[in-house]
Amino acid sequence: MTSGIYGLIAEFDNPTALVNATRAAREKGHRKLDAFSPFPIEGLTDALHLHKNWLPLIVLGGGITGGLTGFLLQYYVTVINFPINIGGRPLDSWPSYIIITFELTILFGALSAVLGMLGLCGLPMPYHPVFNAPRFALASNDRFFLCIESADPLFDLAATGDFLRALEPHEVSEVAH
Amino acid sequence: MPETPPTLERQPQPDIAPGYTFASVTDQIAAVVLTKRTPIFWYACFSVGFGLVLLLLLCMALLFAKGVGIWGIRIPVAWGFAITNFVWWIGIGHAGTLISAILLLLNQRWRNSINRFAEAMTLFAVACAGMFPLLHMGRPWLFFWMFPYPNTMGIQPQFRSPLVWDVFAVSTYATVSALFWFVGLIPDLGTLRDRTKNSAGRMIYGIMSMGWRGSARHWSVYETCTLLLAGIATPLVLSVHTVVSFDFTIAIVPGWHSTFFPPYFVAGAIYSGFAMVLVLAIPLRKVYGLQGLITDKHLENAAKVMLATGLIVAYSYIMENFGAWFGGEVYEQAAFWHRLTGPYRYTYWLLISCNIIAPQFLWFKRVRTNPVLLFISSIVVLVGMWLERFMIIVSSLAQDFVPAAWGIFSPTRWDWFTFAGTIGLFTFLFFLFVRLLPMISIFEVRTLLPQAKVKEERG
Repeated sequence: MTSGIYGLIAEFDNPTALVNATRAAREKGHRKLDAFSPFPIEGLTDALHLHKNWLPLIVLGGGITGGLTGFLLQYYVTVINFPINIGGRPLDSWPSYIIITFELTILFGALSAVLGMLGLCGLPMPYHPVFNAPRFALASNDRFFLCIESADPLFDLAATGDFLRALEPHEVSEVAH
Repeated sequence: MPETPPTLERQPQPDIAPGYTFASVTDQIAAVVLTKRTPIFWYACFSVGFGLVLLLLLCMALLFAKGVGIWGIRIPVAWGFAITNFVWWIGIGHAGTLISAILLLLNQRWRNSINRFAEAMTLFAVACAGMFPLLHMGRPWLFFWMFPYPNTMGIQPQFRSPLVWDVFAVSTYATVSALFWFVGLIPDLGTLRDRTKNSAGRMIYGIMSMGWRGSARHWSVYETCTLLLAGIATPLVLSVHTVVSFDFTIAIVPGWHSTFFPPYFVAGAIYSGFAMVLVLAIPLRKVYGLQGLITDKHLENAAKVMLATGLIVAYSYIMENFGAWFGGEVYEQAAFWHRLTGPYRYTYWLLISCNIIAPQFLWFKRVRTNPVLLFISSIVVLVGMWLERFMIIVSSLAQDFVPAAWGIFSPTRWDWFTFAGTIGLFTFLFFLFVRLLPMISIFEVRTLLPQAKVKEERG
């Protein structure tokens, strides 16, 4: 902690400038930084090295759980809990279980995708210091922001401010906690 | 004077009109919700919808008081309008999922400006569809008996029955559609939160947006989530109407017991769904001046999908009759002969003209690019598809095996009122959505702009 602020934020007016600035900051050694944009920008994922993503695994886990739940539920009900002879078919008539097994796979997969996404993003989070930045409301409209947090080991109010200003942003401002 | 060489390549048509900026896209779509005066058209549609919702409530009250006998359903035609409307509505929903999921996976970027309201359409169509089996149950307050849960009666649902499969398929479809729609809304709710001047609005949109701040770390997870949901929803949407068609094919009723129902039903679903997309998009873009975002290209593409699925449906009608004849099963042959010439022949030939003959006009570019003609042909398709569901359900049940057991279905006024009531419910919910939430995905339209591309200037 070098100061009582959350960090410094620079505002850009196009996605190319933001991606270049993010790359430059990352190359300079900054690690505690984040970019904000009104739509997903592919280049940022590379620039911030965000390739580790647990979501597909979470969804796979959810889907498998759903499938097992669906199949075992039907097996338990039709074979153990409530066995009933329908037209002489075997109690364990697994082909007729396929549809509900499939549907529950989908249901659990979709639920884990959404809950997993929210969990990995730490949402819902109604308050975040970055909202204190003046003009940050434009991050959901037409402006692009790069924030270097004060928690970054290389953060220095004056030096980082100069570094950001050298990237020719529209404006650089401090973000209060 | 240097001659310019003739260009052979066709320039790709842009997905939205040129000249938009990030800010003007945001302004135009958010203004519908936040600042613009609500047009008379909105009040008119909303009032009609609300009036019909009241009619639906009246029908439901009467139904609960007196029972399903207020409808025209009598043995042998026990399914009548209720299941016809169920199949019709749920089919309409399919286009929304197709646009949001399948076209996303196929990287059809033009979908970005129509996916939001198409998904809303799905959600509300499924809500209307879901009403019918519930109302048709006779004792709808016992609907939870359809789910497996430990109970004092010591009984459980029959998992070998397609009707139970349907419960799972439709409730999964409704849940996944709602999730997909909500996830798509999160960034746009953030935009509304940041733009509204109304403190209550800021609070509500703020809570709904879950504190979305457009962080790159979030976007990367978010994009993965959207892709995964699209991948999950794609087999789901194809399965839902397949399962609905199992309600018929698993039975041995002539005219139902057929292996090619699943693809036939899915094609019909997408056919009617795209018709509904056009019915909604054409007036909306005119009233709200959104022709720059929902361009003629969108209408034309939707018309092409309609034509293609319409041809699949036409092929299915032909194959259905051929199969009945070639199969050599007397009851099956009789069922189809009754359709062509029996008591429901007018319905049959009307459906053929609506579903097969009318869409052939869509071969002409002049029709596809004329919104008025397109609107009319979409209505024709919607009527045709409803008649098709009616035909399949009612004519097969009315004249099945032994002539002594035959019976003709005639709808009562409460059948019609209930159907009209769900059209009202759909209109009511849809216009509520148009007024309160961004009907076009703002952040996805931003990605369509040329300035959204990151220029590689570092060598």
